[in-house]
Amino acid sequence: MNAGIAQLQMQFRDYTISLYQQGFLDDQFTELKKLQDDGSPDFVAEVLLLFFEDCVKLIGNMARALDKSTGTVDFSQVGASVHQLKGSSSSVGAKRVKGLCVTFKEYCEAQNYEGCVRCLQQVDIEYKTLKTKLQDMFNLEKQIVQAGGVVPQVDID
Amino acid sequence: MGMAAESQFHVLAVDDSLCDRKLIERLLQKSSCQVTTVESGSKALEFLGLRQGLQSNDPNELSTSPHIHQEVEVNLIITDYCMPGMTGYDLLKKVKESSAFKNIPVVIMSSENVPARISRCLEEGAEEFFLKPVRLADLNKLKPHMMKTKLKNQKLEEIEEASKDETALVEPEIKDSTKIEILPLQQDLQLVQQEEQTLCTNNKRKSMEEGISTDRALTRFDGITTTV
Repeated sequence: MNAGIAQLQMQFRDYTISLYQQGFLDDQFTELKKLQDDGSPDFVAEVLLLFFEDCVKLIGNMARALDKSTGTVDFSQVGASVHQLKGSSSSVGAKRVKGLCVTFKEYCEAQNYEGCVRCLQQVDIEYKTLKTKLQDMFNLEKQIVQAGGVVPQVDID
Repeated sequence: MGMAAESQFHVLAVDDSLCDRKLIERLLQKSSCQVTTVESGSKALEFLGLRQGLQSNDPNELSTSPHIHQEVEVNLIITDYCMPGMTGYDLLKKVKESSAFKNIPVVIMSSENVPARISRCLEEGAEEFFLKPVRLADLNKLKPHMMKTKLKNQKLEEIEEASKDETALVEPEIKDSTKIEILPLQQDLQLVQQEEQTLCTNNKRKSMEEGISTDRALTRFDGITTTV
């Protein structure tokens, strides 16, 4: 059984490192982990949940603001939601989402409709991809704990 | 009534983002603070106003119980800059303009590094300006404020003890200290708690707190301005 735990731990370590290396996460995510302890054992999962809820809400706002059928597009309204999403993605270490928001913001300021629509599609895909990846990571953690092991601390260089 | 020296440093955190509120709350808890979070500047003022003794007819407006009879003091306000309606800057101004709350240190957080914004806030009386995302290391800058409050609480306790004992020990010591205009903070915490004579010989120049006055009972502290 110990070989099983060791294998899971290695899987977890490799997976976590790959998320950083592929640019999904940055060191702010590491900071979130520092805030998790016995008193707040699910802190990271809880914050990420709030973040993903934020994504749904804000992307909805952006889509509505970019809907030409309701009249002229209000780019400042789009920009306001992008600014908020940029903020929360930065707070949780969602590096790719944040990067997209930077580009998106520029298109808003330039009032570039096609650019905005493209960014909207990309940011939607990106947050969903991250959500799946993190779910896989949390599942590995759960498996380790259920097997009686301890989730290793992963040091990112 | 006694100001318990063990009561935690209470921070009022203001941010319109739920995500960020959760984060700042955990950061502050991890730094051993008691935290109340609100989502806007107006809710923050409401909370402050009610906590200073005014009665509210609408308990639903509060995020915490309205029926606390003893004052729950706010020791520090930390607020986001960019918020709809009242910005963090507006809140800062309102706090500094009010006679009741102007001594509460205010810290501003922002996701944007705009030097003009930072200087404006510091000029208006903000103690610190933190760039988001705020980290545990940033909160170490708040330790001096926590020490000041702890010291204040301890001194108040001592004064109360002294008056109970009916000795004049504390009073004459405090009168002497009015000669001293400036005191270093952290190095001399020990000194302030001991004999006041030692303070008279202290010539250090860093400008921090004034000497202790019986009348004002440690309610006034000059803020420490830090450069960003």
